[in-house]
Amino acid sequence: MLEELSGEFGDALLGSHLEPGIELTIRVATAAWADTAAFLRNGMGFAFFNFVSAIDWMPSPFGRDMDSQVDLTLDGTNPKDPAPMEQGTAGGGTRFQVFARVNDIVNHRGITIKADVPEDSLTVPTWVGTYSGANWHEREAWEMFGISFEGHPGLRHIYLPGEFEGNPLRKDYPLLARRVKPWPGIVDVEAMPGDDEEAEGEASDD
Amino acid sequence: MTDISDRQQLSYIAAQAADARVNLELETEGMTLNIGPQHPATHGTLRIIAKLDGEQVIAADPVMGYMHRGYEKLTEVRTYPQVTTLINRIDWLGSFANEVPFILAAERLMEVEAPPRAQSIRTILFEMSRIANVVLFLGDMAVQVGAVTPVFFAFRDREHILNQIEAVTGGRFHPNFDRIGGLKDDLPAGWINETKQVMKKMRSFCDEIETLVLGNEIFQARTRGIGVIPADVGLSYGLSGANIRASGVDWDVRRDNPCGLSYDQVDWKVWTHPDGDSFSRFWVRLQEVRESTKIVDQLLETIPAGPIMAKVPRIIKVPAGEAFVETENPLGVMGYYIVSKGDLVPYRVKIRSASFNNMSISPWLLKGVYVPDIITILASLYFILGDIDR
Repeated sequence: MLEELSGEFGDALLGSHLEPGIELTIRVATAAWADTAAFLRNGMGFAFFNFVSAIDWMPSPFGRDMDSQVDLTLDGTNPKDPAPMEQGTAGGGTRFQVFARVNDIVNHRGITIKADVPEDSLTVPTWVGTYSGANWHEREAWEMFGISFEGHPGLRHIYLPGEFEGNPLRKDYPLLARRVKPWPGIVDVEAMPGDDEEAEGEASDD
Repeated sequence: MTDISDRQQLSYIAAQAADARVNLELETEGMTLNIGPQHPATHGTLRIIAKLDGEQVIAADPVMGYMHRGYEKLTEVRTYPQVTTLINRIDWLGSFANEVPFILAAERLMEVEAPPRAQSIRTILFEMSRIANVVLFLGDMAVQVGAVTPVFFAFRDREHILNQIEAVTGGRFHPNFDRIGGLKDDLPAGWINETKQVMKKMRSFCDEIETLVLGNEIFQARTRGIGVIPADVGLSYGLSGANIRASGVDWDVRRDNPCGLSYDQVDWKVWTHPDGDSFSRFWVRLQEVRESTKIVDQLLETIPAGPIMAKVPRIIKVPAGEAFVETENPLGVMGYYIVSKGDLVPYRVKIRSASFNNMSISPWLLKGVYVPDIITILASLYFILGDIDR
């Protein structure tokens, strides 16, 4: 399947990640994002639209501040040190990536497609022309990440009220509930006094 | 203050002008009907703005978000075992089923597998939450066309299922019972025989509903040929579950990709219906409840002995990686895309919930139908607002 895809896209296929029998992830060039959808649906029989969403690879500037202060003292690191940004499977070069999944319901296989989102415009082509169901998913991604979808029939708020400012799922958007009152967090799974190495390996129901 | 109200005034005028242009083109007097957010047909708080031309809908726009809880953000600040508490509340009628794909995805990343006994009990509870969920649909759908009795039967018989789930998990609606690597506890004594009795009751409930509702003339008149979804349209909107099987698509994740669940060990059938209308969606779900009771019965006979938990560390750190697992939930295909960076908490969790996609077809589907049919079509699509809003 990967060979068929690379034959079709050539240079546009930027990266891939294959776990045999389980999972195939490919990364395509941003310009080829919409064509990929069309080819998968019309050329390869991926008729079922699963989802479109986005991911923010920038490590949160708040670090582990979201968690309890307890675990900071535990591992002795400064939580505010942002870790280097690294993209997940199939690689990438930008802060935001869009990713989507479609299924072939005849041969029972699924594929995850990723694409980089250019930093300056934050715009990728829309999938609505190929998979109608992408409409609401792209509205959600636009609202939650601030990514525009070129050619989308109406990018409006879907969950949040119309006056809402900000993009909540970005990593630099603080979760205010946690800023006000820290979560006890790790305390719940802290090793009990008397737990030896043996108990560490055992099943726990916490 | 004045700024805002001025802006509202302007947008109101603009909307009115847009409406006027539409009316001018159609040479009719349009009307906007607001359904919900508090409407018995909306299973929560869905609001639908329907533009009407006489009795016909010319445009329908669902407005969601009244129950948006931001689970995708909240999961990023919770440890993996804590996440199941949240995602229980996505589809609140079949809660246990929400936990399973998340746990399976986390298990895939950690490369642990639940012991066979846990897998079997997981599948039993999964199917029982399906029954608890869909039974309510069977009663509720009849209410939407004006028959009140079936819903009382549904609530009456669902109680048996909930009692059995409670006996195992301790929770009637929010079990929070699934763990990475297995289950929290084993089955209580005597549970297997009791559950077999309950499955008998559920089958007689299905017969009851069949005689009471399916043959009913009014029910047929209100649902046959109403809200027809062609298979290719449904697939491109991502419809799943009984909604797409009612359009003749023979696809069920339970049969076709039963990762980590015991569906391959039992003998059961995937039902489809060629019509794609509201009636067939009801019919397919009715058959699915019957199949579920069969699956549960067979699995109860063959629960393997052995431990209920695999060996997992006390503090769960999931290795870096990405995994997507989907299962056939009561409402349709549900999946979790977990991105882990080897931390205590997930880096990103994308929740693919069934109702969100199932409802996204509604603007297309409701165009051109008559106002009373809005209710039956929405009821037959069967959504739970928690599953849309997440």
